[in-house]
Amino acid sequence: MSDIILKAENISKQYRLGLVGTGTISHDLNRWWYKIRGKQDPYLKVGEANDRSTKGNSDYVWALKDINFEVKRGEVLGIIGKNGAGKSTLLKILSKVTTPTVGEIKTKGRIASLLEVGTGFHGEMTGRENIFLNGAILGMTKKEISGKIDEIIEFSGCQRYIDTPVKRYSSGMTVRLAFAVAAFLEPEILVIDEVLAVGDAEFQKKAIGKMHDISQGEGRTVLFVSHNMSSIKSLCTRAILIKNGKIKSSGNVDDIINLYLKQMKVEKEDFDKLERQGNGVIKVDSVSVSSNNDDYHGTVGLPFALKFKLKNNVDAKVSDTRLDIRIDDASGQKYAWLSTILQNNKQAAEDRVKEISFNLEKLNLQKGIYYITIYLEYKGEVSDWIQNAFDFEVLDGKYYDSDAKIPNNQGKVLLDYTVKYD
Amino acid sequence: MKKNDSDWLYTISPKKNLVSLNFGEIWRYRDLLLLFVKRDIITLYKQTILGPLWYFIQPLFTSVIFTLVFNNIANIDTGNGIPPFLFNLIGITTWNYFSTCLTGTSDTFKANQNIFSKVYFPRVITPISGVLSNVIKFGIQMLVFVLFYIYFWLKLDDSQMKAIPNEYLILFPFIILLMALLGLGLGMIISSMTTKYRDLSFLVGFGVQLLMYGSAVMYPIALIQEKVTNGTIPEIAGYFVTYNPMSTIIELMRFITLSSGSFSLFNLVYTSVICVLIFLIGLIIFNRTEKSFIDTV
Repeated sequence: MSDIILKAENISKQYRLGLVGTGTISHDLNRWWYKIRGKQDPYLKVGEANDRSTKGNSDYVWALKDINFEVKRGEVLGIIGKNGAGKSTLLKILSKVTTPTVGEIKTKGRIASLLEVGTGFHGEMTGRENIFLNGAILGMTKKEISGKIDEIIEFSGCQRYIDTPVKRYSSGMTVRLAFAVAAFLEPEILVIDEVLAVGDAEFQKKAIGKMHDISQGEGRTVLFVSHNMSSIKSLCTRAILIKNGKIKSSGNVDDIINLYLKQMKVEKEDFDKLERQGNGVIKVDSVSVSSNNDDYHGTVGLPFALKFKLKNNVDAKVSDTRLDIRIDDASGQKYAWLSTILQNNKQAAEDRVKEISFNLEKLNLQKGIYYITIYLEYKGEVSDWIQNAFDFEVLDGKYYDSDAKIPNNQGKVLLDYTVKYD
Repeated sequence: MKKNDSDWLYTISPKKNLVSLNFGEIWRYRDLLLLFVKRDIITLYKQTILGPLWYFIQPLFTSVIFTLVFNNIANIDTGNGIPPFLFNLIGITTWNYFSTCLTGTSDTFKANQNIFSKVYFPRVITPISGVLSNVIKFGIQMLVFVLFYIYFWLKLDDSQMKAIPNEYLILFPFIILLMALLGLGLGMIISSMTTKYRDLSFLVGFGVQLLMYGSAVMYPIALIQEKVTNGTIPEIAGYFVTYNPMSTIIELMRFITLSSGSFSLFNLVYTSVICVLIFLIGLIIFNRTEKSFIDTV
């Protein structure tokens, strides 16, 4: 089975930046004037490449530019790229939420999308009623849903609350129910965006298992967008890397992931987009995560460093500053707390602070995704506090002498110890 | 496998056909339509004490006030043997249906932005479901009218009560359909135009209220025409009321239920044509907008 089920040809999408205001109407009128004279839209020429961090000159930007790809039947295509690279725009076009500015997508099967689970859930209705409503929104008929309702309820694990209004559900339960509905969709092509980052660990495992079934057992074509490299690795048969609205590379999953990780080496400079608290006297400017193999991520057992560059507006001294970081896992479990106050500084207390780094000789966290919360204090007052500021991935590596591995899900922290036989 | 263009099931492209309506698709989503209606009904009375009673209260009080102001103070004649209260009640009930359809539909894109930005289904399902759920509300309000009708019928003797339904009552469902089409059509036009420029949505709020005064809700059309001939009202206002499809619809509704005013086939045909035309225009504009509104809303 190698026939092409979906083909994207020269997909481009242009957005106008800034606000829609009175200025927009002059552009609209101009565009209309070109159109009635049978000319091409003048603003299609002016768009700039989609690069979030550089300030452009044009009001128009190409969120996607000349995207071409083909998907074969039964293939699971991973789409990866940094935040704002254009992945979600591409998925939005694929799921018909919006149209491309130029180009077209041809498909031989129905596309259903899981852009965000729980769309259209109504709090006043019971779980069961919401299954029907949500299923219908996603394109199922009432008959199809009736046929699967028991399976859906069972998969969600919400049997007990199924006839209670959804507004009484915890957020985790809502997500479980929503994912359960979506998992039982049966389109030829399924588009999924990051849904796996929901629910507790047990449910995530279940969800990934279901994704496996969908893509492998049932031979469905899946387009999958995620930041979680391990799920991309385990699910996808091929991947494409999008950068600044263009396809940077496509092919073998491992190669693409490596390319992506290289590109991520020193990430995280856009803290301003996050919610941050504090008086901002000194702020975290950028962070680099590194291990000695030069990748952005950490590797179990290798040296590891978290380096924080500070924007120091007041020439703060070492003795006046304090930096805490907390490492959580994906489910919010707190793993470690590192702070400058826990160590006696050998550095002169009068020195100006520019950069603080935490260094580990041997990274002793198990493989997985970790989230960092940053807390920066100046003269006893909160200066910069960012919850879940960024995340990094720890890749599998060798920590102990033996080649044996810790079984999956049997512990998240590696301790140094010796074994003695008597 | 030989690549043939006809193999493709469908194509996603920026091309906009004038009429790209896909009725088959809407039909495929009919379950969603019904579920939306069901959702509206189920969630309507949740956590209220009076529940559906709220629907009785609004037209009742408005009719009482209208009767006081327009009939008792301003002396508008509703015709021989036609109780002004019933005259106002049916007018307001009918008008309410139209205005809820119109305002509901005109808010479609803005109100459903959240869900529209995530899943695709034929957008037109949403306003249609709104119009259908409004029928239920309208039905409840008609029940009030029937109750008051029976009350007046029992209380007044034959010479005072000449407001009797006639054989044209059979047109009742057709009139509702016309209103639904008109409300949908106008609403879809407004809704499509407000995705980018919100200006029009400010107009809808008070525009609908003003339109009520131009739609013969609290006076018979004949009264306006009479005032135009004796010069108290400018001709343009007369034209507006006479050719406004909503005033014909309300007049027609009063005629079939109360035998007030007169029936003319021309008016019926004229109104039907206008309603269908506006509906079609609305549908076309709506379909053109739904493809890319999410970028501008």
